[in-house]
Amino acid sequence: MSGSDVALPKIQPLSEEPKSAGRSWRPSADFLFHKAAVFAAILVAGALFATVVAIAADSRTAIHAFGIWGFLKSSDWNPVTQTFGAFPFIISTLISSAIAMILGVPVSFGVAVFIAEIAPAWIKKPVANAIELLAAIPSIIYGLWGLVVFAPAFATIEPWINDHLGAIPGIGLLFQGPPMGIGMLTAGIVLAIMILPYMSSIMRDVFLVVPSSLRESAYAMGATTWEVAWNIILPYTRTAVVGGIFLGLGRALGETMAVTFVIGNSNTLSASLLMPGATIPSVLANEFTEATTKLYISSLIYLGLILIAVTLTVRFCAVLLIRRLGSKEGAAA
Amino acid sequence: MKLLKVSAIFLALLLVGVVARGQASLTGAGSTWVYPLVAKWAAQYAQDNHVQVNYQSIGSGGGIAQIKAGTVAFGASDMPLKPDDLHAAGLIQFPTAVAGADLVYNLPGVQPGQLILSGPVTADIFLGKIKKWDDAEISKLNPGLKLPALNVTVVHRADGSGTTFTFCDYLAKVSPEWKTKVGPANTSMPWPTGVGGKGNEGVASYVQRIPGSIGYVEYAYILQTHMSYARMVNSDGKVVSPSLEGFQDAAAHVDFSKAEDFYVILTDHAGPNTWPISGCTWQILRKNAPKDTNEAVMKFFDWGFEHGQDMAKSISFGPLPQSTVTAIKAYWKKELGYSI
Repeated sequence: MSGSDVALPKIQPLSEEPKSAGRSWRPSADFLFHKAAVFAAILVAGALFATVVAIAADSRTAIHAFGIWGFLKSSDWNPVTQTFGAFPFIISTLISSAIAMILGVPVSFGVAVFIAEIAPAWIKKPVANAIELLAAIPSIIYGLWGLVVFAPAFATIEPWINDHLGAIPGIGLLFQGPPMGIGMLTAGIVLAIMILPYMSSIMRDVFLVVPSSLRESAYAMGATTWEVAWNIILPYTRTAVVGGIFLGLGRALGETMAVTFVIGNSNTLSASLLMPGATIPSVLANEFTEATTKLYISSLIYLGLILIAVTLTVRFCAVLLIRRLGSKEGAAA
Repeated sequence: MKLLKVSAIFLALLLVGVVARGQASLTGAGSTWVYPLVAKWAAQYAQDNHVQVNYQSIGSGGGIAQIKAGTVAFGASDMPLKPDDLHAAGLIQFPTAVAGADLVYNLPGVQPGQLILSGPVTADIFLGKIKKWDDAEISKLNPGLKLPALNVTVVHRADGSGTTFTFCDYLAKVSPEWKTKVGPANTSMPWPTGVGGKGNEGVASYVQRIPGSIGYVEYAYILQTHMSYARMVNSDGKVVSPSLEGFQDAAAHVDFSKAEDFYVILTDHAGPNTWPISGCTWQILRKNAPKDTNEAVMKFFDWGFEHGQDMAKSISFGPLPQSTVTAIKAYWKKELGYSI
């Protein structure tokens, strides 16, 4: 986008400012709007608070039975003996989301740079729309696609992964297992596709508002597109980009249906990413309907409480990171 | 004028009729497994008797919770409540219909019904002890069948399920090692090995995708999908294929009238044609519910036992034997003090 088509606000002479006298409805409309806005804000905050309180109250039975540390570190999830522990699910939730971030963030960045910097004007709109359409697809469709289309295709390349990546000493352990097409890695890849539109559309939006004087000066200095993207645009938009990435991460952590379809739903933790696992949301989706005892239901709700805690921790880290980046920029300037 | 009067009366009657029809309704909730049967019966029952039966398939756990809370007229569970728990909660239960589960597999070159398995071998497969399809234990049961040297991948249900309860109850009966290592049957199990699919369709799709896999699904699901199913060696040592008759034989070899609160599991019973992994589903009522409500529920299921047999068979549910229906009526009379 060039600087010439930026619309400047029209400056109106002071005398033409609309008079407020004689319009008795205006203050009352303002008053109503103010109250409505305050009410909406309180309602949202109150709903969140009430949800956390209700979930915490319902998980009391499980907290009482297993404690906090005991529940977090135990890998024993046994509905028969009624002993429950969250460790494998917490780890699997974090790992599948980490895979999604490792794959999704660079691609989102690339897509956003392509739309903002590289693509000719006529192709920008269709590509941007196509990516935003990805966000409109229900997650169960991603799950079905993952199970019916992606997993069988992925199963055919898993022997190759076994032979090549699996042979590397050390990290090879992560890539060994029977070629089933489902498992942690599949779940991470499907999640990456799901969160891509959120991250890339935020990045694209903020990339487009970078003042053209900045990028044009850089191009004038002989910078390449990559140098402009990495050295000019990214530092300028860093806080918003980090915010977008954490929005994607939040979605990945909480995703339920798509993960349930492709992760393989095994309650045991294994070293290989090709083996099945189970995340907190997938366990909730699978086991809630047939949880027959009070302790069982309470343990599932306790898992939900832990997921909220994990998500809040992630958000907290995001805020900290953004603050630190902000202060760094201030120091550098 | 007269016409107006007549039409007014007619209209009023119609209105009363509509209101009366609207009032006669019955709500149940629970097992997803029995849902097709209750839905089919309910549709016909509404036509014949003008009583609307609404059934919500929210899962057995939900069904038990709802009937305890008294929000529904009946709850349905795939796992019977133990008589002690039942009495403590002031509930009664009775069976509805029989069905069964079977093993399905993905073995190149092996046709549906060709593979023969026994209970102990199945338990060893699901324990992860038998790792290859050309294992001596499997070959011994299948002389002449060429089994590939594929790895075994176990597929189980990821969600809580009555099918899981029935299947694992069978494994616990035939394998002491299963019973000590994994535990008595439940709707969700701590599986020692394998991958979990959501629902029958999830298990079926994993089995279809993964060569060398074996899983268990409902019999009705095998009929729909034409998957490769296994024949089983039953407790009489006979090799049988899954069939409605096999499930009904399992029910016929059980004396429901002697079991307290019908707490009987239909797996691994005697009889030359008995299918070993047969199961049942239970309806649960509250003792202190209004008499009208309980009677309406009893009427519906009694109608189903009598008139719904062909409908049940058409969707692969086995009707209860007549002796069991008689025992259920006696049970109602004994527990509630009234019957229909």
